[in-house]
Parts: sequence; C-alpha cells; structure tokens
Amino acid sequence: MGGGARLTIRTVAADPRSAGLLADAHALGVHSVTAIDVADVVFFAEELPPAAQAAIEAVLVDPLLQQGSWEVPVGGVETALLPGVTDPAATAVQLAMATIGLPHVGVATGARFEPHGDVNAADRAALAHRLLANDVIERWADGPIEPHFVDEHATADHSVDHVDVRDLDDEALQALSRERGLSLDLAELHAVAAHFRTAGRAPTDVELETLAQTWSEHCSHKTFRARITTPDGTEVTPLLRQLRAATDAINAPFLRSAFVGNAGIVSFSEGRTLAVKAETHNHPSAIEPFGGANTGVGGVIRDVMGAAHHPIAVTDILCFGPTDTDPEGLPDGVLHPRLVERGVIEGVADYGNKIGLPTVAGAVLYDPGYTANPLVYAGCIGVAREGDWELPGPQPGDLVVVLGGRTGRDGLRGATFSSATMDATTGDVAGASVQIGDPITEKLLIDVLQECIGLYTAITDCGAGGLSSAVGEMAEGVGADVDMALAPLKYPGLRPWEIWLSEAQERMVMAVPPEQWGTLDERCRRRGVEATVLGTFTGDGLLRVRAGDLTVLELDTHFLHDGRPQRSMVAELPSPPRGAAEPPACPDPAATLLALLAHPNIASKERVVRRYDHEIRGTSVVRPLVGAAHDGHADGVVLAEPAERHGVALGIGVNPWYGIVDPEHMAHAVVDEAIRNVVAVGADPAKVALLDNFSWGDPRRPSTLGELVAAVQGCCDAAAAHAAPFVSGKDSLNNEYLGSDGQRHAVPPTLVITAMAHVPDADQVVTPDLKGAGNLLVLLGRTHTEFGGSHFALVHDLPLECGPVPAPDPDAPARYRALHAALATGRVRACHDLSEGGLAVASAEMAIAGRLGVRIDTLPHADIATGLFAESNSRFLCEVAPGDVDWFLGAVGGTALVVGRVTGDGRLTMPGVDLPLEAAVTAFTGGHR
Amino acid sequence: MVLAAPGTNRDHDVAFALDLAGADSRITLLAELLATPALLDDVQLLVVAGGFSYADALGAGRMWSLALTHGVGDALQRFVAAGHPVLGICNGFQVLTGTHLLPGSLAHNESGHFQCEWVRLEAPTSRCVWTEGLDPVECPIAHGEGRYVHPDAAGLAGAGQVALRYAPGHNPNGSAADIAGVCDPSGVVLGLMPHPENHVIARQHPRHTRGRAGGLGLALFERGVRYAKEH
Repeated sequence: MGGGARLTIRTVAADPRSAGLLADAHALGVHSVTAIDVADVVFFAEELPPAAQAAIEAVLVDPLLQQGSWEVPVGGVETALLPGVTDPAATAVQLAMATIGLPHVGVATGARFEPHGDVNAADRAALAHRLLANDVIERWADGPIEPHFVDEHATADHSVDHVDVRDLDDEALQALSRERGLSLDLAELHAVAAHFRTAGRAPTDVELETLAQTWSEHCSHKTFRARITTPDGTEVTPLLRQLRAATDAINAPFLRSAFVGNAGIVSFSEGRTLAVKAETHNHPSAIEPFGGANTGVGGVIRDVMGAAHHPIAVTDILCFGPTDTDPEGLPDGVLHPRLVERGVIEGVADYGNKIGLPTVAGAVLYDPGYTANPLVYAGCIGVAREGDWELPGPQPGDLVVVLGGRTGRDGLRGATFSSATMDATTGDVAGASVQIGDPITEKLLIDVLQECIGLYTAITDCGAGGLSSAVGEMAEGVGADVDMALAPLKYPGLRPWEIWLSEAQERMVMAVPPEQWGTLDERCRRRGVEATVLGTFTGDGLLRVRAGDLTVLELDTHFLHDGRPQRSMVAELPSPPRGAAEPPACPDPAATLLALLAHPNIASKERVVRRYDHEIRGTSVVRPLVGAAHDGHADGVVLAEPAERHGVALGIGVNPWYGIVDPEHMAHAVVDEAIRNVVAVGADPAKVALLDNFSWGDPRRPSTLGELVAAVQGCCDAAAAHAAPFVSGKDSLNNEYLGSDGQRHAVPPTLVITAMAHVPDADQVVTPDLKGAGNLLVLLGRTHTEFGGSHFALVHDLPLECGPVPAPDPDAPARYRALHAALATGRVRACHDLSEGGLAVASAEMAIAGRLGVRIDTLPHADIATGLFAESNSRFLCEVAPGDVDWFLGAVGGTALVVGRVTGDGRLTMPGVDLPLEAAVTAFTGGHR
Repeated sequence: MVLAAPGTNRDHDVAFALDLAGADSRITLLAELLATPALLDDVQLLVVAGGFSYADALGAGRMWSLALTHGVGDALQRFVAAGHPVLGICNGFQVLTGTHLLPGSLAHNESGHFQCEWVRLEAPTSRCVWTEGLDPVECPIAHGEGRYVHPDAAGLAGAGQVALRYAPGHNPNGSAADIAGVCDPSGVVLGLMPHPENHVIARQHPRHTRGRAGGLGLALFERGVRYAKEH
C-alpha cells in the first residue's frame, strides 16, 4: 500500500453471501473448499490521520452488525474493479466523507474472500476465475490487491484520425471493417467509400464509427428491411413491411403509434395512452450477466421515457442453459449457466427494485441451446395523458440537451458488438462494451420528466450508439451542431469520439426551445438531475460534431439514415411435419405428470419471482404468484391504479421448441398463448396490442433466414386472426457462438410475444387457483394429437419432430370473446390456459394453486396421452359452480366439455393418474416450501 | 410530510395511503428540507418513505441518516419531542435506526438476498401510538436488508417498544424475536420493514379473488393521522 489506507469490513455474524458462494464453488468443480468468508474493502489513496479513520469507520461500520479493520490482512483472494469501470460505492464513500467535513481523497472499493479447507493456489485461481471475479469488469489477486484509483487529472488527446477508404480494394475494406469492429458488409463499405469519393475527402475515424453504429443490425434492422428471395427466385415481402401491413390491415381504433419511435402506443381508456416496448440485451448478458441484464432493464425503461410516457411496470423473459451443465464441457470463454442465471436475475432485480417499478410478467426457460448464448428480454409499459406523446420534433434553433448520467467510457461500440457473432475472445475485446447501471439516476430522470411535459419538442434515449445514435436520429432532416467538449464527464481524459459513441447509461437527449431552457434547467436542478446544452438543431440538414473548434464529424443526415444499401438475402423455407400423427406411447401417465411438473420450464419460478418487487405502486391486482399459498403461477398479470376501475393485463408467449420444428406454427401458437394469458385473467380480447421480439441465429444462413420468414408469416396470420395489432418489435440476430471446436452454436428460434390488453373492471379479475370442492371443471377448445416440440417429448427424450406442432384453431377468436363475456359476469371461479404439458399439467397447476384435489374423469380425446398431455392451442380449463354449468356451457359455445370436478380429498385423479396432491406440490416446487 | 431522498420510491404509495386515511400529504425532497429545516414546523406528521436512498451504497439508509443527522438533526429531535408522530417504512426504518431515533439495526436477510412476499403482522401491547389496538395486518415485504438485530430483544419488549411482530411462521428474514417494527421510548416514532401502504384497498391482497379480504394496512395510517390531529 504505497501511502494509502484500507478498511476491511466484515459482518459480526455469518455473512449470508457465504453459503451461496460455497454452493456455487462446489457446483463449478472446486470441491476442496469448505467455507468462504466474505468481507468488503474500501481503499483510500492517501494515508488518513487517526481522527479521520475513526470518523469514517463510524459511518461505514455499524457496530451492531459489523467490525472494521485498518490492518492489511494476510492471504485470501481479493477482487477490485478494472480501471474505467464505474465504482458507485466509492463515489458514495466520497459523498459521506464530504458530508462529515473530511477532505477529498481518491477512493476505490473491492471485495475480499477467504476460502477455508485444503485449498491450494490452483484452487484459489480456479475460484477467482470461475466464481469470484468476472474478468470483463474485475481484477483479482491471490492475497491483498493493489487498488486502482480514478485519475482525476487525465488529459485527452483531441486529435482526429483520417482513414482514407476511397481507394481501398475489397480485401482492404473488409480488413478495415474487421480491425475496427465495424461489422459492415462489402456493399455497405462500398457505399461509404463512394460517399467520401464524392465528398472529395477521407472520413474521420468518428465518421466511420458513427456510420457503423447507425448502420448496424442493432440500430437499422437490415435483415428485417432486406430484399429476400427464395432459391427458386420467389420474392418475399421485406419482413418489417409484412408486420406493418398486418397492423395497418387490422386498423385497430385504439392504436396511436406503431413501429415508429421508441415504443408502441395505444389508448384503451378515455384520455390516457399506454406505451409498451420490449428489448433484448443478449450479448452483454452473456459476458457480464449482472451488468448486461441490469442495463437491459434500464434501457427499455428509457425507451418508454423516450416515447414521452411515465414507466409503470417492467417485464422479463430469461433463457439459460441447464444449470446442472458439466463445467468441464463448456465451450471456451463461456460462463457457466449457473453464474449467468444468478447474475442476470440479480441484475434485473437490482435495477427494477431500485428504480421503483414492479417487475411483473415474465418467463424463465432452460435449454442447452442457450448455454453459450443466454437470452435476456426486458419490457416496460408506461402511461401518459392522451396527446402528451405527440411532439412536433426538433425545430431549427432548439437546443440539444443531454440530461441524466455523465458520460464515461462505458459501453463503447455496443451496437456493433451486439450485431457480431461471439467467440472465445469476445470477453476480452468487448470489455469496454459492458455498461454499468445506475438505477437511482434513472429514477430521478423519471421523476423530473413528469414535470417537464410541454418544455421540449422531441425526446429520445441514449441507447446503443450513445449520443451518435440519439442526436443522429433526432437531427434527421433538420441537422444539428454539437460540441463534445461541453458534455459532462465521469472523469477527464475522454477523446471526442469516445464521448460521441459512449453508451454510458441513464442519459436522455431532448430538443428544447431556447425560451423553455431556463424552466427545464430549474426543474432538473430541484431534483438533482444534471442537464447540459450540447449545441443546437440547425435546419441545414447536416450533422456536425465538434470538440471545441475542431470539427470531428460532418455528415449529411440523409446519407447517414438512408445511404445504406438495402441488403439482398436468400431464404430457404422450412418444411415442417404437418397433419395427422400417431400418438406416442404413454405407459405411466402419473410418472409423466410428475416429470412435467418438475421440468425446469414448468416448475415453480417462485425463487426467481420473489427476488423482484412486484408490489410497489400498489397496482398489482393479479400478480405473478397467486393462490391459497401464494405459489401458483397466474396466466397473466393485471395492473390497476388503486383509484381506478379499469386496468391493463400483460401476457407472454414463447416456445423455442415449437420453433425448432415449425417456426410458422410456433409463431402462431405463441401469439395465441400471449392472448390466451390475458383473456384468462379477464382482459378484453377486442383490445389487445402485441410486441414481437425475435432472437435468432445468423440470418445470412438461408435456412436460418427461412425460419425467420416463416415465423413472421405466422405472426402476421395470428395477428390478423385475433385483430390484435403489432405495435412495436425488435430483432436480435446473430445469437451464435463460434466455439473453439469450430462449431457454431446458435440459439433455438426464440420469438417472445408480449400481449398488453385492456381490463375493463379490475375488481372482476380471474385467477387459476381452484376455489371450492364440488365445483365442476369445463374444458374449452379442441384437442388433437399434436406433440411436435412438446414438453411430453422433452421429458420422454423423444425427437422434437415426433409429430406436428399445435396448429392454429380458426375458432379461437370467437371462443375468446365468448369466454371474456362469461368471465365478466364474475360467475367463473377460476380460469387457466392450457400450454406446456396440456390438460394434465393445467389441472394439476390449478389444484396446486388452490390446494384442492381434482378428479378428471372425461378426456377430450380417445387416446390417453393426447387427452392428458397434448398441447393443442386455444384451450382453457374453467371452474364453475354446479348450478352455473348449464349457463356456462351455453355461454361459451360448442367445444366446451365437462371433464371433471374439484374435490376435497387432496388427490389428483385422472385416467392413469392417482396421486396425492402433496406429491404434485413437491414436484412443482422442488420441495422448496 | 412524506420525505423522499434520491432513490426513495414508495413516497407516492405512502402519500396515497395517508390521504386515504384522512391526511393532506405532501412529498418533500430531502434537499428541500436540508435547505429549509423550518419546513418541519408546518407539519404534524412525518413519514420517511421506503426505497433505495443513494442506492444504499454504504449500507441500507446510511447516507440518508448521515445527511439527516448532520443537516436537520436538531429540528428532527424537536419534532419528536413535541409529540408529532413519525413513521419510517423499510428504508425509512433503516434511516431512523441510523439516526438513533429508533433502537437496533437492520442486517442482510438470512437468505442473503432481496425478498418480496406477503406477511402477517401482529401488534403486541406497546407504547406505540401507530399500532394501539391494531388488528392483524397483512401486507408485503420488499427488502434485502430487513433482519432486525438488537442485543436485548426481550428488554425492548419489556420496555413496550416492540410495536409489530411477524405472526408465527411469517418471519421472512430471521429478525430477532420475530420483530417487524419498533417504536421509540415515547411511542410516537415507529419503524417497520413491511409495507402497509401497499395494502390500503381490498384488491391489493393476493387472495382477493378467493374472498379473503381483511387485514388492511390502512388501519395503521388511520391511527397515526388521528393521533397527529388530536395532539
């Protein structure tokens, strides 16, 4: 310790983190360790007099809980953040020191781990590598670590490099794209070279990077806008145009804005609009699960703020590799799914909980296809007064204002990174691509934006591409002149291009008329939000970026946004198994049912859901966990302001296993599932808006693109059938990992559909938990022998192609309308949609949630396996009192069938099944109750 | 007055509950109170609301309690001495222990992580004006650092300062003696980890579709508001 000081803080009682770390260490193959003690460390850049030490200790160490030591300990493994990674705890210590009147010194924080047992240096290294330090953001040392303090006096080199692309041949252009990580293809590189030949000058490095960001798959959706042909020459309508056409054809009266701006906007009730958006943050979450998921949530919340709406809830859908994956068999550079799962869940929880939004609807899926490419989808909905979101756009003379967090080196080149395939070196080269979240700063932004309506003419968030993307988009057609030297920085020493491209989080960009600036600035100051004028919107159509007097970028915004050549791609359409199939053998339905209930995809997600605050705002009317013991899964969630009658329902549909077999019918099925989920809780099927989020492999492979084309077709057909428009979407392609084995590991085709729907009466919602013994169970919908991609196939190790994926049911929309009318009467006691595992799993889930027995004595199909486990679409199981059965059967139409009843005997009884309910509860919860 | 620091996020929920209980609440930012401590002279009741003040980067509520102690410590002491009711919920409870207006400390949950679940609370006989004669309340917890620690929990109960306990089988975090909330020796200052402000209407209860209403947290706010009006 060269002249500094360090305070080591440990808990008096056992640190609750220790047990989890020990379990992880064993799971990751370090068996010699018997315990891991944990301590926090605070480093100070200068020696501190005893009085200062005592004062600091009084603040940081609670004597009832902790003890502090200023001695340098011996041994152990210590971790600290890499230089350049934001350290909010250090900033907090500095604020506390200032509050108690101590002088400013450099501060850094770290963690200390003391493994016990017969642990040698190799074991400690294995622990550090696999568990304790993520080398994308952290360093570690075997013994006390040498801290690294922020250089508060660094200076920046403000020069620009020119890269002459004008006369490069194809090989040299592609080499340039690779070396600079531009992720541009040859046609795009030609367009860039041609543009600068015409301009008669070489581009600057900033201009090249900006074009690469703006033209990235992430920002420009080249595949969804591409010209696509099949091998026989047939032309396919560009995918984005297909989705928009489907929405236009539906012409829903509640639609306000679709596929424009940051989020889709609808109005379900007089005077009010809702914005909804979902995003993926897959690549960042793969290499730094906590930070990646954390900022994924932060980003999608800003999308809703960028649509001028006030965020009210968050959703998440997570896809991981199996958590019991053998650590030895992992591809190089891939984090173990157990660590990915833990980090991602903590990352989502940290952001959502701290920003104060309920994290509600969601799903967690496990499949070996996600081991190297975990998927993290985050969604957000927001509310506004009708009309508040309709902004005129930037006017010449308006100020370019950035507000919120400061700019650092975080997340440089994230957009181009997320558009590239990963390999073993990704973690090393992409270190700077990982952003660090600060939910408190974003919370303050939410608060202040509510007070700034009417003070700005345009707003957008700084997401992928940072200021380059935000200012670049806003300046389209208008032009802007901005000075990077004015941007507030986290620390000095950033070059202009770093400021321009940084993806530092929690920033919004606004266009503010000069006469409103004073008011806006004052409101921001009151809330402690930093707002800074970077320049003006000019009216000349040019995007000009300066660092003081030095111009580092000057681009025509038309070229920036429309200069990218349309991509031409080839799609080979899949030919999935369709039509009648033989039912599979099912020798032991009871064992099958228990295996399904225990399957990670179906089993209780309570241990995840409880990590998220789903109660804040007091709006959760149907929450993710319901029933007698609060451990049944609701189909959808319903949110309603405490003082209002109506509410909004959210439902999720996702099924990658169907996607592997039949992408088109998968898409139709998951749209249907998302809508089923909202209808089941009481939403109106006539007022449903949809989001599509595709996570796919590399679309330059014709078969992969063919699967995408088929899925979009299914989406459009399902949307049209249900008259439910898509209002926004996002695609994350290239979710592939090039392993050291030379094999490409692609994700299964994973389409997540979010349905947001109107609930006319939040006091009249329905949950799936059974309510009373003696009530009857009525099945709605048709059951066919459809086992393709089913969970029956998964638990029996059958090929996923063992039969057809559930086909669309043309009668579904009418059935949903009739069911909604019946639910609105309040006479249906429980309602649950049938999905993975079919009738058997649905009835068992209702029984578990209500802690009541079930007797199913009539199956909807002559074949027992089909009757119990087929996953045919568009079906529900409803509980009604005996006296209401005739009314209900008449109300819901021809497919309804009384299949059984609710019992008080505590048993699950079906053809081939006779189990104590407790066995089902144990299978479902893993005995964690 | 509902006091909110940077990162406080249940201030609106509390304000709604207080208004429903008959108060006329106003959310005040910590910076405003630090600039004008006399704002306290104009109010009859103070709630330190829940959330993650300053991201809880130094430990839950510590930066906020430091700022309060150094900025308005004296005014706060006078406010309590004058007999005005004060309530700290979740992060607010952590803050009030940090200012030593309330005894004990809040440590990390036994589970080692954040938990969100519903609990049942019982109000033993105590000196607390907020919980006098209170029927059992059901409401959610949402915290990672809510394990109540006190060197002499029995002594605290004997002094009439244990205002709320988790009902048998409902202790979610390993709190000493099932303690969910404690009051100061005078009984006007209450701190608790659970969120009664999130159960003020029946349909907020997770079993409301099962016909099992009751246990509204509103009752606690009604007692505090009534006390503030009468004193």
